[in-house]
Amino acid sequence: MVSNGHTGDIVLEVEDLRTYFSTRWGTVKAVDGVSFDLRRGETLGIVGESGCGKSVTMLSLMRLIPMPPGEIVSGSIVLQGQDILQLTENEMSKVRGSQIALIIQDPMTSLNPVFTIGSQVNEAIQIHQDIPRRSILQQTLEVLRKVNIPAAETRVKDYPHQLSGGMRQRVVGAIGISCEPAVLIADEPTTSLDVTIQAQYLKLLKDLQQQQNLALIFITHDFGVVAKMCDRVAVMYAGRIVEMGNVREIFNSPSHPYTEALLASVPKLEEDVDRLFAIEGQPPALHDLPQGCAFADRCPHVMDRCREEYPAQFQVSATHNAACWRLA
Amino acid sequence: MTANPQRGEASARASALLEVRDLKKHFPVTKGLIFSRTTGYLKAVDGISFQIERGKTLGIVGESGCGKSTTAKLLLMLEEPTEGQILFEGEDIHHTDASHRRSYRSSVQAVFQDPWSSLNPRMRVRDLIGEPMVINWDVPKREIEERVEKLLNDVGLSSYHANLFPHEFSGGQRQRLAIARGLSLNPKMIVLDEPVSALDVSIRAQIMNLLKDLQKEYEVSYLLIAHHLATVRYMCDWVAVMYLGQIVEYAEVKELYNTPLHPYTKALMSAALPSHPDIEQDEIILTGEVPSPLNPPSGCRFHTRCPFAMDRCAVEIPETKEVAPGHTTSCHLY
Ligand SMILES: Nc1ncnc2c1ncn2[C@@H]1O[C@H](COP(=O)(O)OP(=O)(O)OP(=O)(O)O)[C@@H](O)[C@H]1O
Ligand SMILES: Nc1ncnc2c1ncn2[C@@H]1O[C@H](COP(=O)(O)OP(=O)(O)OP(=O)(O)O)[C@@H](O)[C@H]1O
Ligand code: SF4
Ligand code: SF4
Ligand SMILES: [Mg+2]
Ligand SMILES: [Mg+2]
Repeated sequence: MVSNGHTGDIVLEVEDLRTYFSTRWGTVKAVDGVSFDLRRGETLGIVGESGCGKSVTMLSLMRLIPMPPGEIVSGSIVLQGQDILQLTENEMSKVRGSQIALIIQDPMTSLNPVFTIGSQVNEAIQIHQDIPRRSILQQTLEVLRKVNIPAAETRVKDYPHQLSGGMRQRVVGAIGISCEPAVLIADEPTTSLDVTIQAQYLKLLKDLQQQQNLALIFITHDFGVVAKMCDRVAVMYAGRIVEMGNVREIFNSPSHPYTEALLASVPKLEEDVDRLFAIEGQPPALHDLPQGCAFADRCPHVMDRCREEYPAQFQVSATHNAACWRLA
Repeated sequence: MTANPQRGEASARASALLEVRDLKKHFPVTKGLIFSRTTGYLKAVDGISFQIERGKTLGIVGESGCGKSTTAKLLLMLEEPTEGQILFEGEDIHHTDASHRRSYRSSVQAVFQDPWSSLNPRMRVRDLIGEPMVINWDVPKREIEERVEKLLNDVGLSSYHANLFPHEFSGGQRQRLAIARGLSLNPKMIVLDEPVSALDVSIRAQIMNLLKDLQKEYEVSYLLIAHHLATVRYMCDWVAVMYLGQIVEYAEVKELYNTPLHPYTKALMSAALPSHPDIEQDEIILTGEVPSPLNPPSGCRFHTRCPFAMDRCAVEIPETKEVAPGHTTSCHLY
């Protein structure tokens, strides 16, 4: 495991996680040997194209993989000293929300349209704590104020459709932090949000992180979000982390050809780009992964060895590693 | 409403393919089911002027609800303007004969955000792309088939794809199909409403490059609507910044990104995400949300959120001024 320079205690340690799905095409290796750690107060970004296993990794951390067809076939997930893969479902339901929480930043689908926002935040709090009703309302209001919902006393009675997009998003955030988890995972939607709403939301998450010393995991397609928010980055490709390092290391000296290509494919706000680099082709099907490097068919540097053997992880610096034979 | 004389003069200089003059779209808001009466107007587009040159791209940016898509629909004649003019090659499209209007409709095509819903799932690709030609052109079937093949090749697909159905394609490929269909009638202009935002990162660059290549090859003009400001910088020649139905700033792309003038433009730029972790950004986070277009604020519509607002901003409507050649903005600071 690569150390990361962040000084907080380790709150989460994922080791060789594998989550497979059995489908009629065969075994889909959605997550295939993912390892990383996370410290209190730090932000880890996970980037990669659609279908590379980002959400399945996070659902595995929450133990929310539908089984069947899914199965966590190996690995360990040590959360605050406890391997959550060893817990019973009952024990896990106490961990979920209170130690690790997932917010899906698609406010249209992550709030239930038939309940008031108050009752939805309420419920999140109540699941985890035996507290009298009166103080639940107090806590609900407190949480809503924390995420800057104005006039929380009247807003608790509103239904999701009565709120604007930005406010709905903050309510989703409120539910995420209501039980003060140690690890908060934010899974971003593919389509970009309104710039100002997104900026407000990112700022809110940063503030909450500071207040509660949260460890944040950001799932995103957008390197801009990574540049703005993250201390470290993991780049995923076809179910594995192919490169990981501190955010500046990744932006300044990407060492995996895939990372390099991804960075060259995004337009820049601050400068003119003559022509973007476009990665041709598509990732391999996860039920039919090649024996060697999964990026080989799209890689401009492919060598014979790449097709024979999956590349080992090579250390680029004490805090930076990548899985590519070019580094051998 | 302020007129935009500067912008009008600028257009006389350039050879605009399309010119929009003081265009408005007000949607009536009604109350009551049986005896419904109009209680007000939602001013979705409220007096905008711009032009698009041949072979160039104009970008429209602004927060959700500011009237971007309504503008697109007005240009596509999917909505009737409340006021104002749309001139295409000098001809007012609403005050011309039916044949001009027909030719306008086929000269201006559209590609939308969602490649999943904009293609009829029951049609084979050959018919999807060929349909506009069958409807609009009187040419033999053989010729249409040849053109479908050419269009598929132009957008980076193969001839055999003509026999498939949309569901047999990936998201990026479907957007290519939508672009091929959009190109089928040799349009002079294509309205692109968020053409890449639903696509995966790795595919966005392919589609953006494709659009640029096609523009070079066919000298087609684009009106591009996008949230992502970096995308707009890459794709556009000119940019209009909209707020509550109005254009608050309008400039050449480089000028706008290097020297944004209007406080709203500055706020948008500072909210956009940086391309590198070392880039320091101004922290002008806009608080609150866009006021309702049903009842827009008095004076400068931005005054309720503007960090530089002065007393007069709440009462006086700022004029549109040309601050540098081709660069106009509406703000009392200038
Ligand atoms: N319930 C399931 N049954 C079968 N396969 C599944 C299931 N859930 C996910 N997968 C597969 O696992 C792979 C990884 O999916 P995942 O949702 O993690 O991708 P992602 O990286 O989050 O993509 P996106 O950026 O589009 O959200 C995909 O190939 C997907 O088809
Ligand atoms: N047919 C309609 N009837 C009434 N109001 C409408 C209609 N179409 C749009 N509007 C309103 O007009 C305003 C502008 O909408 P428009 O769709 O043009 O916004 P937009 O800038 O495209 O936003 P987004 O970025 O969310 O797509 C909004 O307040 C919208 O609710
Ligand atoms: S291992 Fe080979 S194919 Fe894979 S990324 Fe490195 S050079 Fe390219
Ligand atoms: S006119 Fe006044 S309120 Fe409007 S943008 Fe300028 S300074 Fe701000
Ligand atoms: Mg996902
Ligand atoms: Mg729109």
